[in-house]
Amino acid sequence: MMTQDADKVLDHFELFRGAEYKEMFANKQKNFENRHADGEVERVREWAKTPEYQEKNFAREALVVNPAKACQPLGAVFASLGFEGTLPFVHGSQGCVAYYRSHFSRHFKEPTSCVSSSMTEDAAVFGGLNNMVDGLANTYAMYKPKMIAVSTTCMAEVIGDDLNAFIKTAKEKGSVPAEFDVPFAHTPAFVGSHVTGYDNAMKGIVEHFWDGKAGTAPKLERTETNAINFIGGFDGYTVGNMREIRRIFDLMNVQYTILGDNSEVWDTPADGEFRMYDGGTKLAEVESAINARGTISMQQFCTEKTLELIANHGQEVVSFNHPVGVKATDEFLMAVARITGHEIPAELEKERGRLVDAIADSNSHIHGKKFAIYGDPDLTYGLAAFLLELGAEPVHVLATNGNKAWAAKMRTLFDSSPFGVNCKAYPGKDLWHMRSLLFTGPVDFLIGNTYGKYLERDTGTPLIRIGFPIFDRHHHHRRPVWGYQGAMNVLITILDRIFDQMDATTNNTGQTDYSYDIIR
Amino acid sequence: MSIVEPLSVEDIKARNKELIEEVLRIYPEKTAKRRAKHINVHQSGKSDCGVKSNIKSIPGVMTIRGCAYAGSKGVVWGPIKDMIHISHGPVGCGQYSWASRRNYYIGVTGIDTFGTMQFTSDFQENDIVFGGDKKLSKVIDEIQTLFPLNRGISVQSECPIGLIGDDIEAVSKNKSKEYDGKTIVPVRCEGFRGVSQSLGHHIANDAVRDWIFDKSDGKPLAFEPSPYDVAIIGDYNIGGDAWSSRILLEEMGLRVIAQWSGDGTLAELEATPRAKLNVLHCYRSMNYISRHMEEKYGTPWVEYNFFGPTKIVESLRKIASFFDDRIKDGAERVIAKYQPLVDSVIAKYKPRLEGKTVMLYVGGLRPRHVIGAYEDLGMEVVGTGYEFAHNDDYQRTAQNYVKDATLIYDDVTGYEFEKFVERMKPDLVGSGIKEKYIFQKMGVPFRQMHSWDYSGPYHGYDGFAIFARDMDMAINSPVWKLTKAPWTPKPQPLPLAAE
Repeated sequence: MMTQDADKVLDHFELFRGAEYKEMFANKQKNFENRHADGEVERVREWAKTPEYQEKNFAREALVVNPAKACQPLGAVFASLGFEGTLPFVHGSQGCVAYYRSHFSRHFKEPTSCVSSSMTEDAAVFGGLNNMVDGLANTYAMYKPKMIAVSTTCMAEVIGDDLNAFIKTAKEKGSVPAEFDVPFAHTPAFVGSHVTGYDNAMKGIVEHFWDGKAGTAPKLERTETNAINFIGGFDGYTVGNMREIRRIFDLMNVQYTILGDNSEVWDTPADGEFRMYDGGTKLAEVESAINARGTISMQQFCTEKTLELIANHGQEVVSFNHPVGVKATDEFLMAVARITGHEIPAELEKERGRLVDAIADSNSHIHGKKFAIYGDPDLTYGLAAFLLELGAEPVHVLATNGNKAWAAKMRTLFDSSPFGVNCKAYPGKDLWHMRSLLFTGPVDFLIGNTYGKYLERDTGTPLIRIGFPIFDRHHHHRRPVWGYQGAMNVLITILDRIFDQMDATTNNTGQTDYSYDIIR
Repeated sequence: MSIVEPLSVEDIKARNKELIEEVLRIYPEKTAKRRAKHINVHQSGKSDCGVKSNIKSIPGVMTIRGCAYAGSKGVVWGPIKDMIHISHGPVGCGQYSWASRRNYYIGVTGIDTFGTMQFTSDFQENDIVFGGDKKLSKVIDEIQTLFPLNRGISVQSECPIGLIGDDIEAVSKNKSKEYDGKTIVPVRCEGFRGVSQSLGHHIANDAVRDWIFDKSDGKPLAFEPSPYDVAIIGDYNIGGDAWSSRILLEEMGLRVIAQWSGDGTLAELEATPRAKLNVLHCYRSMNYISRHMEEKYGTPWVEYNFFGPTKIVESLRKIASFFDDRIKDGAERVIAKYQPLVDSVIAKYKPRLEGKTVMLYVGGLRPRHVIGAYEDLGMEVVGTGYEFAHNDDYQRTAQNYVKDATLIYDDVTGYEFEKFVERMKPDLVGSGIKEKYIFQKMGVPFRQMHSWDYSGPYHGYDGFAIFARDMDMAINSPVWKLTKAPWTPKPQPLPLAAE
């Protein structure tokens, strides 16, 4: 017997469900795998759903299982790619860079250019200076960047390589011209997470241009204008969001500089040409950004050090927590209006009204529903705030890279709404903790990244994919989640899953399909 | 070449040599000298491809290579499904390699199998300063509490472990004692070791030898040995590859007692030295343990290739030659059984793919192993290269696979690969996720040849049908006719040799 057929080719989805494969699997399991008895597997499976298991699970002090965070240099690469003609250069082991490039490409379905200084054992012993000297020279010659932004892997950090000194030496040895921009940031993987790395790299770049390029140029003097700077932070929706923010700023007629704009480099056309560099903040704009009246960050926990640096230069800094929804967008727009002295145009007010209209139309389907959310600290805050606004309850909100300050801020948010009474924030916890929470305190929907599908499979909680990375759905990063239009997208995403779930749980013919309604 | 005049072999050689010279011109002198040793034009009759390999990558050039951790955790150990593999160190390595390799398995994940999970000790600054051994002990304790059905644990070292002087071997031994001789395997696969994934494979192989074989020697087998017991070595079951291979071996009368390591278990690893023959697919990543088993246990090993019917037939017969007539007849029976499928696949797809050219850049065995499958479909591989090959891989490539004048590029850089493809204009590029979108934007059809672009299996007869379908859908997708807006001038085909 054979199932494969040239006219109807079966791949892994169906092939292995054939009788001959099933028999093969059964024999392998029975004879060679030394499997635990089915009853034992079932017993442990059930035990892992209990409050008793949860207690042991939450008593963990060392083991991390399925975390929702990555390491610093990933964030540094993200930040660096937002600048014109910039090639991120990660000093340390080369495998890391292969990982960052793959990770971003799997999410954005786009190329991600980044180089490594390829340090190996000898560099571990003698330091990576030669790797920096040769690496910068090669990168400069081959890829002709306008800027090389350096960050570090944990290897270089453990052996204590000094980027400032190394880059200086490399310039003295002629790897790149003396005046060529090589900002840098130490980004140890054993401190913080990818959002910390974003912050460090962004701060490194701003500091480089404003504070005298590591002692090689005069520090910039500030002459205040009524422009603003905008920083998006590490954001899986950066492509859609940046375009939406530009549209909003243009509607408001404000002068602005986006510091770190990845929306072009991660969304280049397929027209026969590969653009290694595209878009990004112009280097001259980074310099003139010092003159802005203020800087707005969409992600507080992603830009703490950067904003401190900017504030120290005399600018007002305002930060949000990945603002999603009516009130969050109101506050964002009012801050822009206040700082720049420009009014919020009628067009945006109309968009606001449309969003409110949409919420009014559909909120009855969301009202009172329980949600679990996990992701980066700012995103989880932004989504929780939106759910509260919709009358839903974000019961479990978890950020592996959230700290105590984040948890406190979440508590304040919960306390501000009658829908937040039963809600709790979990800083520093991972998706195996979330698994316990979903068993012992079930919710209607889970919001998270692609890895949430394992929780959906294990606990039966329907997953709404919002976050980073999203590997198994395409193109969502092209749609904004910021602005009133962005909130509309989030609303539709949530509603779609709710309606899908209603249909999926009512379509049993002759049993439950009285509720399988045609109009909802 | 679809848009240029056919060239003679000598013309192609001249063009390829010119292309190599041109590409090298971009580099600083020192780098050009080093890179020149890694790129060549294959001359038929030579015993290797005329390139140096397994040498450090050059800083700053955008190598596509990974690291030793990727070779050990990502490739060799990760797929062993009933063990828990700790990514020991900071969070990133385990995060980026989490479930991305598509090593299919069957089991209840999180309860008795753990393949698509990310276990890490998530190092913080304190662990770097004071050492991570205590944390590792605690990690193992917590695994024992929360995942009681795990059959074993491996410790996959990330860069800091070797730099801060942790003694993971001591921790592993102590914990093994504490847990009644439990299998706990320390693996020194720090990412800075060696020049690529390759050393990680070797280190991982050695860890199996030292921490599994040496401990389980003399352990009674759970099954009665038979004269037809074989183990599949070096198949990671990507998209189910090992399954569509195993079925053929079993159909010819052999009994597969172990899979290394796709859908594999600790029990299978332990039983492998009792196999009568080890059949080795990915030579690069598992030749070490195969040689060890030959030396210590006298188990012979044979390389095989289950990509495309020509190589499958050759391989089935080669494997059968180690056994009696029952198996030899079995191989012929299998070949005959699948011949109609092969015929119908080729009848359907060859006319759509005949004469199409392919450039490859992959790891392990694929830069050579898949060539036969393309040729079965009438396609031609005009350039190929390896991420982490050694010279013995290039010897195998030269002697058994590539044609005269094929462009060979070892540890290719982003710049080189792009230029080669731009000038040689193949009809298809087969490489990885980092390369995929670059070439698609250039208008060149592409298939990921690490992950099978989320398809598969590609091994065996069942896999060949999928391979053919996928190559056809890549090359003949209507999207490639849309890349140029109709109002832009058409590109003029140029005779490349004259450039």
